[in-house]
Amino acid sequence: MQRTIIDFWVGLFVMAGIGALLILGLKVGNLTSYNTGESYTLIGNFENIGGLKIRAPVRSAGVVVGRVTDIQFSLETYDAIVTMAINTHYRFPKDTFASILTSGLLGEQYIGLSPGGDEEMLAEGDKIMKTNSAMVLEEMIGRFLFDKAAED
Amino acid sequence: MPKRIITSIQAIGHRTIDSIWRLGCAVRFFVLVFLKSTTSFLRFGLVIREIYFVGVLSLIIILVSGLFVGMVLGLQGYETLQKYGSESAVGTLVALSLVRELGPVMAALLFASRAGSAITAEIGLMKATEQLSAMAMMAVDPIARVVAPRFWAGVISMPLLAALFSVLGVFGGYLVAVVFIGVDEGSFWSSMQNAVDFRYDIVNGVIKSCFFGVAVTAIAVFEGFDAPPTAEGVSGATTRTVVTSALAILGLDFVLTSFMFRGVD
Repeated sequence: MQRTIIDFWVGLFVMAGIGALLILGLKVGNLTSYNTGESYTLIGNFENIGGLKIRAPVRSAGVVVGRVTDIQFSLETYDAIVTMAINTHYRFPKDTFASILTSGLLGEQYIGLSPGGDEEMLAEGDKIMKTNSAMVLEEMIGRFLFDKAAED
Repeated sequence: MPKRIITSIQAIGHRTIDSIWRLGCAVRFFVLVFLKSTTSFLRFGLVIREIYFVGVLSLIIILVSGLFVGMVLGLQGYETLQKYGSESAVGTLVALSLVRELGPVMAALLFASRAGSAITAEIGLMKATEQLSAMAMMAVDPIARVVAPRFWAGVISMPLLAALFSVLGVFGGYLVAVVFIGVDEGSFWSSMQNAVDFRYDIVNGVIKSCFFGVAVTAIAVFEGFDAPPTAEGVSGATTRTVVTSALAILGLDFVLTSFMFRGVD
């Protein structure tokens, strides 16, 4: 077969393959919301993180503003240290409240940020002081039964 | 009676030594291909010619099977997910299973049976008709001239074919779930984009398919080069290529998956 024809088809094939990778990244994956802009890290100590996982979204008013990058157990305070990467576009006041919420009844868990009214903004590496733990079903049921028993 | 036992033990030993010897041959051959692949990069036209034969001509089977696998995933996923009222998650199901597992693995299996067997048969027949010896006589190294371009063509083609397989699969899932059944288009794509991570899912899938490309083409060129120079020998080598490649792909897939997708999720 002619050399030029082979070159043409191979060129087309390689372009289609690279195009397929691009489609996978842009249309199927989250590349569009992934590398846009830099991010800064925030740290929060939670008494109980429930089922929170690394890569879980961080939301504020329902909008994804960042992701959980690391979860560690602190030996000093005996609670969980959650590190989040927040998109630099979004700044939050110093007294922002972070709580672990669940999307839907059985959905994934995420961190919800509710901004406070402070003038100063959280910066790289800052710690969120006000946190609210995840709701654990057993504890809730336990409290409910305890309240019921107290009523009688 | 003891004689029979001794001969059976001997048979086991003979087989073990034989297979280890063959494995050693394969590893040395693999290293030799790497060392002698400078020619195929200097004369890249040779590799392009082989990419045409192993990559472009495999496109039809890869694209059609990708489309059908995606369509079946969409159909089955919808069947099960609608029982729990979460049919919008069908996009996530289709995309994740294709990008992580089915894309690389199915494309590699098809590639092994479509292109790997052809490479083995071609090289084996070249050996049987003494073309390789003739080349060596003319001071043309058959490994550099015949084997290395085919090897690199396979390694380059495999990730591209796997990516095309995944894209066509996602399109097939979209076709069945959104166009035929009527799942909401917005939630189909958005739940998919929320779940599929570029670094974690897509890049790992591409890495997998690179490994499979190396494994399949290395097995194919070795079996061809090692084939007994008879008609029977070439046919046996072709069969062995497909069988060994399939086992290697599935085994390697388990190992790679357990390294890549462990513990984080």
